[in-house]
Amino acid sequence: MALVLTEEQELLRHSAREFVTKNSPLKRVRALRDSRDPVGFSRELWSEMAQLGWLGIIFPETFGGAGLGYMDLIVVMEELGRNLLPEPMLANVLLGGNAILLGGNESQQQTLLPPLIEGKLLLTVACHEPRARYDLHRVATRADRSGRGWQLSGTKTLVPDGNVADRLVVAARTAGAATDRDGITLFLVNRSASGVSVTPQSVVDSRNAAVVSLDKVPVTEADVVGEVDHGGELLAAVIDRASVGLCAEMLGGMSAAFEMTLDYLKTRTQFGVLIGTFQALKHRAAKLYTETELARSAVMAAAQAVDTNDRDLPLLVSLAKARCSDSFVLIVNEGIQMHGGIGMTDEHDIGLFAKRARAAQLTFGDAAYHRNRYAELSGY
Amino acid sequence: MDLERFREETREWLLANAPKSMFTQPKSMDEICWGGRKTQYPPDVKRWLDVMAERGWTAPAWPKEYGGGGLNREEAKILSQEMARLRLRPPLTGFGLSMIGPLLLQEGSEELKRTHLPPIIRGEIRWCQGYSEPGSGSDLASLQTRAEVDGDSFLLNGQKVWTSYADKADWMFILVRTDPTAKKQEGITFLLMDMDTPGVSVKPILLISGSSPFCETFLESVRVPRANVVGRVNGGWAMAKALLGHERTMIADVFKDRVPGNPLVDLARQYIGGEGRIADAIVRDRITQNDMDQRCLDLTLARSRDEAKAGHKPGPETSIFKYYGTETNMRRRELMVEILGPQGLGWEGAGFDDKELTITRDWLRSRGNSIEGGTSEIQLNIIAKRVLGLPD
Repeated sequence: MALVLTEEQELLRHSAREFVTKNSPLKRVRALRDSRDPVGFSRELWSEMAQLGWLGIIFPETFGGAGLGYMDLIVVMEELGRNLLPEPMLANVLLGGNAILLGGNESQQQTLLPPLIEGKLLLTVACHEPRARYDLHRVATRADRSGRGWQLSGTKTLVPDGNVADRLVVAARTAGAATDRDGITLFLVNRSASGVSVTPQSVVDSRNAAVVSLDKVPVTEADVVGEVDHGGELLAAVIDRASVGLCAEMLGGMSAAFEMTLDYLKTRTQFGVLIGTFQALKHRAAKLYTETELARSAVMAAAQAVDTNDRDLPLLVSLAKARCSDSFVLIVNEGIQMHGGIGMTDEHDIGLFAKRARAAQLTFGDAAYHRNRYAELSGY
Repeated sequence: MDLERFREETREWLLANAPKSMFTQPKSMDEICWGGRKTQYPPDVKRWLDVMAERGWTAPAWPKEYGGGGLNREEAKILSQEMARLRLRPPLTGFGLSMIGPLLLQEGSEELKRTHLPPIIRGEIRWCQGYSEPGSGSDLASLQTRAEVDGDSFLLNGQKVWTSYADKADWMFILVRTDPTAKKQEGITFLLMDMDTPGVSVKPILLISGSSPFCETFLESVRVPRANVVGRVNGGWAMAKALLGHERTMIADVFKDRVPGNPLVDLARQYIGGEGRIADAIVRDRITQNDMDQRCLDLTLARSRDEAKAGHKPGPETSIFKYYGTETNMRRRELMVEILGPQGLGWEGAGFDDKELTITRDWLRSRGNSIEGGTSEIQLNIIAKRVLGLPD
């Protein structure tokens, strides 16, 4: 398969850009932040995105999806990333949706995926725990046997859109010690179930996140997603796919932050000349451009690996996530520097990108984590 | 023809016709075939060249009428995949195939194509590039070598420098000044010159690595027929720019290890230790970083090729290949010497094996990568100006 967008994908990019530019200028994101909006995104816009079919891109037509692939999804994710849209694509489609698509049984898929694709049901995955860093298998939350089901107890943190999700896919330990690879099981939990308490968190990029505390939350066999004790592998597969989507969003964010900086170099005058005439800045801008091109290739390769069931998917995910993490952070750091004084004010938008870059970098593993994983997967 | 059948037949043909020793990596630079009349190649290398050339498969995608393979894109891709799968060496490399040939196909007159493409394909003529001059390094357009009209010919006077393998080449494509009064880019002509013409002399330059891949080329009243102009008189700069795109992509491609697996990992295991995981965490991380940088570049090269196939014209963004490819290779070469530790200190002789000596020499040679073919700074200028539109 070629590393190039098809005509249809180019059209999709065009319409996504048009939609995002029209409906979500950065001032909307800023207003959501400043008003401390409890929902954190626009349900109207979310429903329009559903109508455009974006929520169903990667899902089979039997569930109301489009039956397309990640090469299509990354086009939309990139455009959303350009304007920092906070609508819950990551939590809902890439995490929650993927957990059900990859691990759910027929009944779970038939009940959950159609409303998810229509934008009427919000799902997320609650897997991260306070001291787990990036270790997916460090799960201390317990699933204790209770009659024919279990009771879940433990604490999840930084659950994306955990404050608004209707249902949570919770990773809990059915066997083994807190760091074992095996013995993890994924359970579907209603946010409103007894024993579940959700506390919204305030995070640097102002996206939705929540602490989810579970106190003897009852679940049954019917709530298990995937196989008992084998949720670890399922979780890893979900996170790999979600990372591809996140990387595409980061690619959009870094491209927009770079273009914003480039515009500034072409309009800001000092010493009677445009600052873009200074070679010290030109060369740095050229290096940042190179970074965006390299990142783009890595993201496309990872997306293609999902679409072709490539064995090398985890390796290519690590390649993309390491690159996007480093490049995005470099671009926003340089972006602030090149903007000078205005760049460090809250008023200027470059800071919004700096914050998103940091949050995205520290989600699903930073560059150092992924270099280590890449080396491990390569056998050294 | 059905592509799967083509794949099978290609594979069978390669297995039947490639000499056994060609299924391995070259043991030294002497086994890499650049063609030409001035170099003797080992018998297997020569035989491999001849059998592939006869089929036109040294230039698989070039038209059959000039001796090329006449393969379409899919077939050419299959051939290259099958060769990679069999670990077969390329039968021929060099500036004829990668630079002047493609330019002639694009811009050359019918006569120039008929004269020059077949000997390139057969590996008979080795080409060199006459661009840089003592006073014109990064500022190539300031070149001074004069070409004055004298009847049906030009008379060339001047000096070229950094001419790669001029001592081994049979022909040179050369930039000369034909109009000293015009703006510097507008008085340049692109010529083809036989290196055996009276008045041409060549002197190799010794580098810090101890090798001499570059030469000085002196031109004293060298007579070149007017028919050897590529493009038009005073239109050479456009030819040079078209060609530089090919060169930058080629340099990025050449400067990477083609051996399967990661030779740095084997090296680190041997010199630093660690059965599974490389014992030194910092070296391991640097190896990974370099590996990932190279992989991202490879993917970007592949993407650029795919875009070209989809009909997008290769543009100035190819400068990122030259810039990033050489910088990545240089970091790699430094890292290799550092992995060797004190064994990386050898220049020649006792106490060091061939591999160690090669790594050290390659590191020194690599210092030139970010200078030759347009320095990294020039590449960044090109990106800033032509891709990003930053003001002068």
